[in-house]
Amino acid sequence: MIKVENLVKAFGPKLAVNDVSFTVERGEVLGFLGPNGAGKSTTMRMITGFIPPTSGKITIGGYDMLENPLPAKRLIGYLPENAPSYADMTVHGFLNFAAELRGLQGDARKKAIHRAAEQCLLNNVLYQTIDTLSKGYKHRTGLAQALIHDPDILIMDEPTDGLDPNQKHDVRNLIKRMGENKAIIFSTHILEEVEAACTRVIIIDRGKIVANGTPQELKARSPEGRLEDVFRSITLPDTVRA
Amino acid sequence: MNAWANIKAIVKRELGGYFTSPIAYVFLVIFLLLTGFFTFTVGSFFERGEASLVSFFTWHPWLYLFLVPAVGMRLWSEERRLGTMELLLTMPVTTSQAIVGKFLASWLFLALALVLTFPVVITVNWLGAPDNGVIFAGYVGSVLLAGSYLAVSCMTSAMTRNQVISFIVSVLICLFLILAGYEPVTGLLSRVASPRVVEVIATFSVMTHFESFQRGVLDTRDVVFFASLIGFALFVTGVIIRNQRAG
Repeated sequence: MIKVENLVKAFGPKLAVNDVSFTVERGEVLGFLGPNGAGKSTTMRMITGFIPPTSGKITIGGYDMLENPLPAKRLIGYLPENAPSYADMTVHGFLNFAAELRGLQGDARKKAIHRAAEQCLLNNVLYQTIDTLSKGYKHRTGLAQALIHDPDILIMDEPTDGLDPNQKHDVRNLIKRMGENKAIIFSTHILEEVEAACTRVIIIDRGKIVANGTPQELKARSPEGRLEDVFRSITLPDTVRA
Repeated sequence: MNAWANIKAIVKRELGGYFTSPIAYVFLVIFLLLTGFFTFTVGSFFERGEASLVSFFTWHPWLYLFLVPAVGMRLWSEERRLGTMELLLTMPVTTSQAIVGKFLASWLFLALALVLTFPVVITVNWLGAPDNGVIFAGYVGSVLLAGSYLAVSCMTSAMTRNQVISFIVSVLICLFLILAGYEPVTGLLSRVASPRVVEVIATFSVMTHFESFQRGVLDTRDVVFFASLIGFALFVTGVIIRNQRAG
């Protein structure tokens, strides 16, 4: 479903993403790990068509994101970092807007809003203005927006950021459940999340992929069998300049 | 899944945004108070003793100079600041559709403000027998003028996430568009340049084209001028947004 080939993104002289290639198929949940500033968000922004890559190729469900962005974008549901939304709208108004842009009309739109609100546990704030909501609800509103058209591909930048442990647990389960028939990429800092929800892990450091495998394979690399040790041994703190 | 459906969805959202926040009401009240003040007090509507809305329309280029950038300054800078731009542009929507949708919404809002000035039309018709064709042409010109300023503000708001900078830059550009054809300035210019040069400069001014509407002349050349100014500014907006994303 998602095919990324030799992706490069340069911001001036700095290579934010340096020759990244991977594929994600339906039924896979790919966890994107890496220190802050490693290039996770930049990679996701390129895959979702927000920023064009300096070079490389992105194919989404057979459509080239650069040459044929609209059909490619239709297949994707995207939760950007910090779950931005239009604060002056109600949750319902916002989901309705997203559904409209996704081409859903009439009854199908109503059903889609109802389903997404149900999945993300938003029913009791549906007619509240988004800026009056707590961080957890705001985040789930962003998630509901990404799920509104029941996309084949789901891309989420730190979907559990700012949630309390219960909400984190719910979102993780949701990801796991949806992963059965979608292709999912999500980024996170939380290593246990990767073990709980992912079928595959990519660790990215300073723009390059430094590890790619199942959580079990990566854990086997450390003598104690802990993902954290693996992560610490192959990535550098961002204060260290190579 | 066509372009118009996308544009319509964006227009609806933007317009809704105006009326759920106090911006719309504050703007409408200030706009109506100021047009009233300029028409009747500064423009001495009654003392003129003529059944026309000259004293109403004359002030529009100056009034819009501040009010229109105030509406347009947030169009893109806010999307960037809040990160919703990332949301909007990863939807199956082209950049042009998003630009046109946001522009149209604000333009409709400004047109609504103008429609709410209808009491002056009633007043002048009640007091005398004005040429309503001239008044209609004046309104058409005024809507086009507001659209041109708005397109300029749209462009400046795409340049920065700072709304104050966006406001000041668009006021400056709009001021230039006024002054290039403002009589005191053209008078000054004609002392140093040949009348031909002054005339060419003046054709770039909104004043030259707005004045013919006020005289009741609906000339396609003036309409084309405003339409191309709007088209150009929106095109540049698109270039700016695409360049920013390319990093």
